[in-house]
Amino acid sequence: MFSLERWQEIFETIRKNKLRTFLTGLSVASGIFILVILLALGQGMQNGIAKEFERDATNRISVWSGVTSVEYKGLNPGRFVEMTNADYNYLIEKYEDNLEFKSAVYRIWSGNLTYGKETGSYRVEGVYPDYQFLENESMVNGRYINYSDHDDKTKVVVIGNKVKQDLFGKQDALGKLIQVNGINFYVVGVYSDPGGEREETRVFVPISTAQRVFGGSDKVRNLGFTLKPKANFEATLAQSINFSNEIESFLKERHLVAPDDTSAININNTLEEAKRFYDLIGMIKLFFWVVGIFTIIAGVVGVSNIMLIIVKERTKEIGIRKALGAEPWSIVSMILHESIFVTAIAGFSGLLFSMTLLELIGPNLQMDYIRNPTVNFNVAITTVFILILAGALAGFVPAWRAARIKPIAALREE
Amino acid sequence: MITIKDLHKSYTMGANSLHVLKGINFSVEEGELVSIMGSSGSGKSTLLNILGMLDEADQGSYTLDGTPIKNLNEKIAARYRNKFLGFIFQSFNLINYKSALDNVGMPLYYQGMKRAERTDKAMAYLEKVGLANWAHHMPNELSGGQKQRVAIARALASDPKVLLADEPTGALDTKTSYEVMELIQGINDEGKTILVVTHEDDIAHMTKRIVNLKDGLIIDDTKINQVRAASHV
Ligand SMILES: Nc1ncnc2c1ncn2[C@@H]1O[C@H](COP(=O)(O)OP(=O)(O)OP(=O)(O)O)[C@@H](O)[C@H]1O
Ligand SMILES: [Mg+2]
Repeated sequence: MFSLERWQEIFETIRKNKLRTFLTGLSVASGIFILVILLALGQGMQNGIAKEFERDATNRISVWSGVTSVEYKGLNPGRFVEMTNADYNYLIEKYEDNLEFKSAVYRIWSGNLTYGKETGSYRVEGVYPDYQFLENESMVNGRYINYSDHDDKTKVVVIGNKVKQDLFGKQDALGKLIQVNGINFYVVGVYSDPGGEREETRVFVPISTAQRVFGGSDKVRNLGFTLKPKANFEATLAQSINFSNEIESFLKERHLVAPDDTSAININNTLEEAKRFYDLIGMIKLFFWVVGIFTIIAGVVGVSNIMLIIVKERTKEIGIRKALGAEPWSIVSMILHESIFVTAIAGFSGLLFSMTLLELIGPNLQMDYIRNPTVNFNVAITTVFILILAGALAGFVPAWRAARIKPIAALREE
Repeated sequence: MITIKDLHKSYTMGANSLHVLKGINFSVEEGELVSIMGSSGSGKSTLLNILGMLDEADQGSYTLDGTPIKNLNEKIAARYRNKFLGFIFQSFNLINYKSALDNVGMPLYYQGMKRAERTDKAMAYLEKVGLANWAHHMPNELSGGQKQRVAIARALASDPKVLLADEPTGALDTKTSYEVMELIQGINDEGKTILVVTHEDDIAHMTKRIVNLKDGLIIDDTKINQVRAASHV
């Protein structure tokens, strides 16, 4: 079957019939090429999205409470649920090992700030020291709230850059005394926020101070957490979702909220959003696969069409060969051998070409949502083999038919 | 060498059946040079194709060099064609993308002969038909007569028992026809059995026996005195 003589015969035929060989090869090579590029693009998009999320790194889980919408255990809907320090303390103790940053928030929606003649209305939030990292804020001046502020319930305030400009202009704000709703606070720090001005119109005080001086007792409006990352995204996500679900059911149980109530306890998990993006990417990749596979199928159909034409074209030659003593099987294997050989060479060149292109262009590709497109080599090579097999199969039917034509009929063909 | 008895062949086309050979009895001894004549459609080619195992008879017996040719599958038929028969066609039937040398080597390839040996042998046959200098030319670079010589060299290459030629000079002018016939006569002189289908009288008279076919039957079968083609050239 694989004698040298046969190979010489094949090479000769191929050399003398460059055009048809080229056409067969082209449909195969372009099929593989398109598939590889599509798969790589899918991977590149996944990489790109992953990168976006890594840069922002907001794996924050936020919890806020609201009004119940479902009757539960004799309690009417419409009840406002309020979280307390006890909820927060229970949670941080229970998840101590997993938590990275954590803070409860007691919020006064609008506080009146006064410094000398300047005055303005800003959001005032009582927070824990970690809140700086949950909000991704950096200090321009001074320091953030610390734990001793918290323990001593000191009246200190950290103000946003915008607030500083509004109240102090070019003056130094640190160490100055300002009035928040008529109560004196020392400015200990000025922060900036990547979120811009809107995020810098807030001021922060220790939550213990806020609860005491603004009549919050032990009430908490908001909880914010981040979890320590796991080894990979999947594990991190699983942990995050698990954590979200656990605190949700804990809080619902504690505050007598029906498990199916969707408004009383609200949790926003940034990672889950990321997950949604990944799912979307998954769909896109699947779509690319489907397109790629159809391309391959088109390639196979192309090959079998060309094989049909080739066999038709060669009918007379087959008749001559038969008259000279070619056995049917030698005709089948001649055609198959040629088609497999051409498909294989073309398939591998398509693979090589697309891989080279990826290798050259991939790492330099600077697009927002596509990054370093690569393709799994095993997947690619498997596809080539499938294509070769399909090509052989596609060639077999016409070859077999050709081999069965009576020599006299084949010879009469023109 | 060849014995056929009561050979029948019909072609069916749709509902119609055309009875082409209606009981041919005929034998050829080793070393004979026989021409088969008859008007167009009398069944000459049909008979030759059956003798060449390119087609099958419906009825009757056929023995070639003592081997009964009967119920052959394609594989055995192919082997017999290679071993027993050489074909020369009116339209040459060379493989157009192969050189003269490679065309002559084809039957040897199907015998499983190695390339080097094949090339030597094919070259020897090309020399024999006077085309050694044209060995590496493609068929489309050859004249009709040259093509037919290549075809003859190819038919000889596997050293068959019988050469079957269907109007070998049909596509050639008179002068070239005589050159081809001279070659055929020479091959016959060396002892090869040859059957030539023709409807040209002068060609027929360059053989040693004329078989006349009419409406699927042999109406005349006469040994004649061969006219040497060389005397015309
Ligand atoms: N494959 C076929 N199918 C149907 N009819 C055929 C077939 N081959 C030959 N015939 C018919 O059989 C008859 C004999 O054909 P054949 O080719 O043997 O004639 P011939 O004697 O060689 O004629 P010519 O001198 O024109 O070559 C013709 O009438 C022809 O039409
Ligand atoms: Mg004829």
